[in-house]
Amino acid sequence: MTRAALAARAAGPDAARPARPRSLAWVPALTLGLFLGPIAVGLVGTLLPAFGLLPALGATVPTLQPWRDLAAAPGFATAVRLSAATGLASTLLALAVALSVAACWHGTRWFQALRGLLAPLLAVPHAAFAVGFAFLVAPSGWIARLASPWATGWERPPDLLLVNDPWGLALTLALAAKEVPFLLMMVIAALGQVRADQALTSARCMGYGPVAAWLKTVLPLVWPQIRLPVYAVLAFSLSVVDMALVLGPGTPPTLAVLILRWFNDPDLSLRFQAAAAASVQVALVAAAIGLFRTAEMAVGRLLRGWVVSGRRGGPATGLRVAALAGFGAVAAAAGGALAVLAVWSVAARWRFPDALPADWNLDRWTDALPGLAGPIANTVAAAALSTGIALALVLGCLEHEQRSGRGRPTSRGLWLLYAPLLVPQIGFLFGVQVLLVLVGLDGTWPALVWSHLLFVLPYVFLALADPYRALDERYARSARCMGASPGRVFRTITLPLLARPIAVAAAVGMSVSVAQYLPTVFAGAGRLPTVTTEAVALAGGGDRRALAVVAFVQMLLPLLGFAAALAAGRRR
Amino acid sequence: MTHCVQTVAAALAGAVLLAGAAAAQAPERSWAEIEEAARGQTVHFHAWAGDTKINDYIAWAGAQLRERHGVALEHVKVSDVGEAVTLVLAEKSAGRTEGGRADLLWINGENFAAMKEAGLLYGPWAGRLPSFVHVDTEGKPTTLVDFTVPTDGLEAPWGMAQLTFYYDGAVLDEPPRTIRDLGAWAAANPGRFTYPAPPDFTGTTFLKQALVELTPDPAVLAGPVPDEAGFEAATAPLWRFLDALHPHLWRGGASFPANYAALRQLVDDGETAIAFAFNPAEASSAIERGLLPDTVRSFVLDGGTIGNTHFLAIPFNAGAKEGAMVAAEFLLSPEAQARKADPEVWGDPTVLAPSKLPPEDRQRFASIPRGPALLGPEELGRVLPEPHPSWTTRLEAAWLDRYSR
Repeated sequence: MTRAALAARAAGPDAARPARPRSLAWVPALTLGLFLGPIAVGLVGTLLPAFGLLPALGATVPTLQPWRDLAAAPGFATAVRLSAATGLASTLLALAVALSVAACWHGTRWFQALRGLLAPLLAVPHAAFAVGFAFLVAPSGWIARLASPWATGWERPPDLLLVNDPWGLALTLALAAKEVPFLLMMVIAALGQVRADQALTSARCMGYGPVAAWLKTVLPLVWPQIRLPVYAVLAFSLSVVDMALVLGPGTPPTLAVLILRWFNDPDLSLRFQAAAAASVQVALVAAAIGLFRTAEMAVGRLLRGWVVSGRRGGPATGLRVAALAGFGAVAAAAGGALAVLAVWSVAARWRFPDALPADWNLDRWTDALPGLAGPIANTVAAAALSTGIALALVLGCLEHEQRSGRGRPTSRGLWLLYAPLLVPQIGFLFGVQVLLVLVGLDGTWPALVWSHLLFVLPYVFLALADPYRALDERYARSARCMGASPGRVFRTITLPLLARPIAVAAAVGMSVSVAQYLPTVFAGAGRLPTVTTEAVALAGGGDRRALAVVAFVQMLLPLLGFAAALAAGRRR
Repeated sequence: MTHCVQTVAAALAGAVLLAGAAAAQAPERSWAEIEEAARGQTVHFHAWAGDTKINDYIAWAGAQLRERHGVALEHVKVSDVGEAVTLVLAEKSAGRTEGGRADLLWINGENFAAMKEAGLLYGPWAGRLPSFVHVDTEGKPTTLVDFTVPTDGLEAPWGMAQLTFYYDGAVLDEPPRTIRDLGAWAAANPGRFTYPAPPDFTGTTFLKQALVELTPDPAVLAGPVPDEAGFEAATAPLWRFLDALHPHLWRGGASFPANYAALRQLVDDGETAIAFAFNPAEASSAIERGLLPDTVRSFVLDGGTIGNTHFLAIPFNAGAKEGAMVAAEFLLSPEAQARKADPEVWGDPTVLAPSKLPPEDRQRFASIPRGPALLGPEELGRVLPEPHPSWTTRLEAAWLDRYSR
């Protein structure tokens, strides 16, 4: 084949069209390149020491010794079991609540009300939520204080293992609560794409109960759309660090925390075993996703009989109440967490079992705010920059997709976009850190913003893709017929029409950025502290009042972002 | 593991030689020249940040340094100084031998031993600090020997620590005064005592304290762990003690607090009644700040308790070495040391010998207020030396192996 023929073939259907003044074809390529290259390099940089290669420590001979050390390391097997159990259980629980809420309440007024709650719930950062959750449910927490001693008879906190329990139950519940809003948001987005209302109406007309109708006709349509988000939740839950530090057990902790502990151990030879464990973490996530995929097929096959059985199902009142209670618990946990943080931040003295502090003052705020000004500025700047870049890239990709007349990205494209969410952070961040040092970018703004962008971009894409694609293309066509250039159409038609979804996507992006802990630690090299790193640093113990101030600020920032986004979207 | 360690050790030996050679060639500058070079530098101080009173003190020091010396001190808040070791190591991996991201580290014990051995530290420099002459090297020998490892001027002493217990006087009248009595008390009062999980440094210190009291021959602890059999023989009574103690601990020994601050929180919540910290002024300072009830009192054990010194070190590739030295000098000055020793500020005992100071500086120390739960130097009793760092590492590993499976 000649070079020209190759070029024509590579150009594909576009080649036949007249050349456009400015092509956007480079945007998707740049977007993927920004991510996948460094992640791949980071993975390699993390995995090499697993086979005994770490030139800085003079280790240049490949060996399997790190794996033997890992197998003998105390607590390793338990940590793997613990991560697997908490990750799978919390994902299943979150999925069960999200799907039953959608199945039971889709199409009702309740569902509309609950949609309004999703955005603020989604914005709650993991670390602050974990701290607030612990302040609520611990034996010395607010719930026990409110009920003591009049109801419980407790004059001092009961000796009960409610948080940091060796089974990871507190961690599982908190993770599930944190992920329900995200999954529900993904289900709602999917509902808009699959003509769920029509399917539901038909099934209801045939006499199916509301829940049975949803499960039999809508779920099979929705599931393929939410599969990747579910895997992202699974990968996150299996490798979360900040929440596990606050709520998980310590002897031993979950795998990701154990790896971080080894990476930070003064005994430098533990780096090798940490690298081997990081590979196990990557494999664990891959195996869990594989297991989920297999289970999906098995469940699908099992349920096929039920779907075609023709059984109509009843009103399912019990399930409806349970679903609402589940969602209510999630909302109450988030609201309660915010409230308890607020109270602790202004408490002067608050001993068990007082229901409220004996003394109040603003000392913690006046003490903390001067020192927090820098971290707050860093948090806001990192969130604004990473979200701004993500918006530009996503809009560029979507605009390119529309102009070039290509359909939606293939499922492979989606997998690539999701890659940063599916590979555990701990698996590639050490390698990324070495890479950043090599190019002299560690501890700099570009590194921090890029590391946040990895996780912000997929969420911004998710939030923006459907509204963008749902835009009636006749507006643009009319404008083009009147002679407007594609750029002008984009500026004067597309952007104003999408103002609200763009504002919401910006708020989602900022809340994702605010929540980042490990990327901030690794890429920021400790030089660019954010409210999140401050909160986790204080979470180890110490002064609940000072911790409450930082966690409250961490929770407030994304909420303000959402409020601003809603206001901006409305003004347009 | 052995293979790795050998490879590492071989590489490190080379690195140490190189570092030594470089230091020997460096031209000797006067302190005034160092101060001049420091002006305008930003010093990234990697220091544990789990306690707001310490963070506030570092912020105060930063403000003074900026005003007086034109040095900007940035507190890089870490939850474990090991993070900084990781950072320096990552930089070494990437071949960054100058302009490193960390300039000053708050460090001691096994972290220092590991970095010293790996050639990750700059120096010797500590002896060049003008205030170093006031350090109480005779009365406080741990200012020169960090967990039995000579500091060789690679780190400057910053503060003193001595394991100090405290109890809530509203709950019990007379606290136990030996490790064995503490065990008996815990058995009689289930759920009212616990200790931070090693490798947290306060938790590990509790292990070492118990080891010193229970081991048949405490003299072996001064040297490196002899061999497997020697370790077994020295630590068997400790494990017997802990095996018996754990069922009576808070949460039945199934969960442990993360650090001394979390341990203190348990006393304030009324969950436990006896706790301890490495800082003798901890209880007093916490009462002052509304973190413990004012019924809390301090005590030490009859046979003495473990004490050590914490230090400031500069990584081999620090970008602001002069600034870091000027910051360390300020932190070692009588003014900064006296402020640090004030329980209302931090309550960290000084490394200086007030007797070596001019009268006005001596007065700074004499006028420090003593809180209700602060023990005087005589009441603090005998200071027991830290075992060799190899014991720390082995104890932590053995503890994890037994209780964190």
